Amino acid sequence: MLKELMLGNEAIARGAYEAGVTVVSSYPGTPSTEITECIAKRYAEIYSEWASNEKVALEVAIGAAMAGARSMTAMKHVGLNVAADPLFTVSYTGINGGLLIVVADDPGMHSSQNEQDSRHYARAAKLPLLEPADSQECKDFVKKAYEISEEFDTPVMIRLSTRISHSLSPVELEERTDYELKDYQKDIGKNVMMPAMARKRHLIIEERMEDLKGFAEKSSLNQIFWGDKKIGVISSGIAYQYAREAFGGDVSYLKLGMVYPLPEKLIRDFAAEVDVLYVVEELEPFLEEQIKALGIEVTGKEFLPVTGELNSGIIQERLLGKEKDTEAVDREEVPGRPPVLCPGCPHRATFHILKKLKLNVVGDIGCYTLGALPPVSAMDICVCMGASIGIAHGMEKARGRDFAGKTVAVIGDSTFIHSGITGLIDIVYNKGTSTVIILDNSITGMTGHQENPTTGYTIKGEPTKQVNLVKLGEAIGIERIKIVDPFNLRELEEIIKEELAVDEPSLIIAQRPCALLKKANYTGYAIIDKDVCRNCKLCMSIACPAMVDKGDYIEIDDSLCNGCMLCAEKCPFDAIMKVGGNDE
Amino acid sequence: MNEINIMIVGVGGQGTLLASRIIGNVAVNSSYDVKLSEIHGMAQRGGSVISSIRMGEKVYSPLIEKGAADIILAFEELEALRWLDYLAPDGRVIVNRQQILPASVLTGQAVYPEEIIDKIRERVGNIITIDALTVARKCGTTRVVNTVLIGILASLLDFPIEMWRTSLKRLIPERYLGANLKAFEEGYNYGLN
Repeated sequence: MLKELMLGNEAIARGAYEAGVTVVSSYPGTPSTEITECIAKRYAEIYSEWASNEKVALEVAIGAAMAGARSMTAMKHVGLNVAADPLFTVSYTGINGGLLIVVADDPGMHSSQNEQDSRHYARAAKLPLLEPADSQECKDFVKKAYEISEEFDTPVMIRLSTRISHSLSPVELEERTDYELKDYQKDIGKNVMMPAMARKRHLIIEERMEDLKGFAEKSSLNQIFWGDKKIGVISSGIAYQYAREAFGGDVSYLKLGMVYPLPEKLIRDFAAEVDVLYVVEELEPFLEEQIKALGIEVTGKEFLPVTGELNSGIIQERLLGKEKDTEAVDREEVPGRPPVLCPGCPHRATFHILKKLKLNVVGDIGCYTLGALPPVSAMDICVCMGASIGIAHGMEKARGRDFAGKTVAVIGDSTFIHSGITGLIDIVYNKGTSTVIILDNSITGMTGHQENPTTGYTIKGEPTKQVNLVKLGEAIGIERIKIVDPFNLRELEEIIKEELAVDEPSLIIAQRPCALLKKANYTGYAIIDKDVCRNCKLCMSIACPAMVDKGDYIEIDDSLCNGCMLCAEKCPFDAIMKVGGNDE
Repeated sequence: MNEINIMIVGVGGQGTLLASRIIGNVAVNSSYDVKLSEIHGMAQRGGSVISSIRMGEKVYSPLIEKGAADIILAFEELEALRWLDYLAPDGRVIVNRQQILPASVLTGQAVYPEEIIDKIRERVGNIITIDALTVARKCGTTRVVNTVLIGILASLLDFPIEMWRTSLKRLIPERYLGANLKAFEEGYNYGLN
């Protein structure tokens, strides 16, 4: 059979394809993005879209399922917080065609603002939850999820983590089985959730949980691998792989593919057979607490961390007392390398001015969050998607108009559509005077260049209506709206000063494409004429990673520079010029 | 079937992802079980990045533990030093002689270590160094630095060279293929010598 090396995310996409899914709606977020990207790129049979946020994405998937199709939505862990409202209630209505919600957690926070364990959502919303442990299981579990969804009339969740989503392993490909649309029938008792109906549905959902428990006892999703019975290990997902590596082939394993609801009897039987029982899981003691509640003695989080990623080395050290004898690298000597804004990044120019003006800067989620780190160091606060605007408004209400005159909110184009617009309406409606800067780089950047409603293109690159940010601002009652190219530093500075001074809300749209996009049109690279340069180092203030301060002179690394020429804007002596490219 | 653990380390944007995919592809076509772990997202913006490739009869964890990497392929000098404690006692290191200064060094808050190659030599017997940027320029573009380095790695492993070429052809778009195949040969021959 044909085997292909696939990311966990690509295997999820493949599973959806083989299961006959026809509608997928998602919002990008690391580590979940490639699921929907892959569907758009490879599987023409599936309608796919980038929704404006995760809540809308789930609602679209609910609509498709209620209309009788198999549908899916995929998001990162914090995205599920945004989608939590429909999640809890679609659990009550149930589905028609199968509905799958894929959530990708990010233990270790490679690219996230928190480390939440999304397994808790399944328990809270009373939904079955599957957790694959490699790419093959990603594909297989998707197909299984649709069977469970339709058999038990329930949405099903699949939980991934970074090392599942972004690890590749071999996957056996199968053919797609087309799924025939189920009939759509009006049924307000089931699909209109108001108190009288929801009370009845809640009872049904509790029965459903019982039925699912029975299913979990017999399902092949949960497997026992017997070895020596002195040690038994209960684990799931990526943690199972680490445990398997750490304990080896000799001990006994209960590998849970369905982590909610748990198979109580299976766990009891397994526990009874082994002398010592370990539960190995990443982040929270989700399995451990439930198993302990059954009155079973287990060892787990007493020794294993609840923070960061797990690996087999940690398990060996903490549970088996085996320490690896490796010669450590002298960390003092090796400077860290956190990510930085790319050379040519339009945000660098905006942050340069915000820092120069010594403003309070409330930031948001995207590439531009990197503006908080040195050497840019121009952001004070960042909480979650869209929060910059509401937070700036709250600061004004707490500290008054003068403070608002020294404070801006900065938010990207995609993030503004995701959940910034509601904050802006709040400011206007409640007579705030905040200055909001939309960093419009014509793309969703950090997640790897996805289209969004402000770019004018769909997920498939087809032209579509483009949100007009100016008209949108006007329509909600903002009277001061300015568009500026942030590389025009002088104009940008003037506009920011002006808008901070006025006693009403302002919207500044700083427009310049992401440096990694073709339409940024950067060519060649910059060099410094040493005869003209007076080594004033003003150019260094833009904090470009391609510029190196050599003490007596400044050097530009031509392998990193893309000829954006922002540095030349800063040079009072015209010592920086472009080599190569169109302008030569 | 020997178990082989390879780590690719570098700076986001250097093309480490393509390199690990090509190696993974060769391994899976040789009927190895393969697991390959990558980092996407924020770190790709100029941060320290790492890919792990593990192959063998049966592979469980996609991650390589400290002291367990048979080969570290470093796209940048400082990154070679940073990840050195992942190298197995008899492991080998391939280092691209490129230095990309982290922000803390650019601003003068930290110092880029001197004589990194000597420091690695003190601990590792088996090291290959190459100025892959210069080799890449000879092939026509600095964008093929990663393929030069894959070439060296290929020369150390037992897979037939044709399999590497097939993987390159499969994963690299037609219009860039010429320069990449050339870069691969350059690296391969460099590794053999």
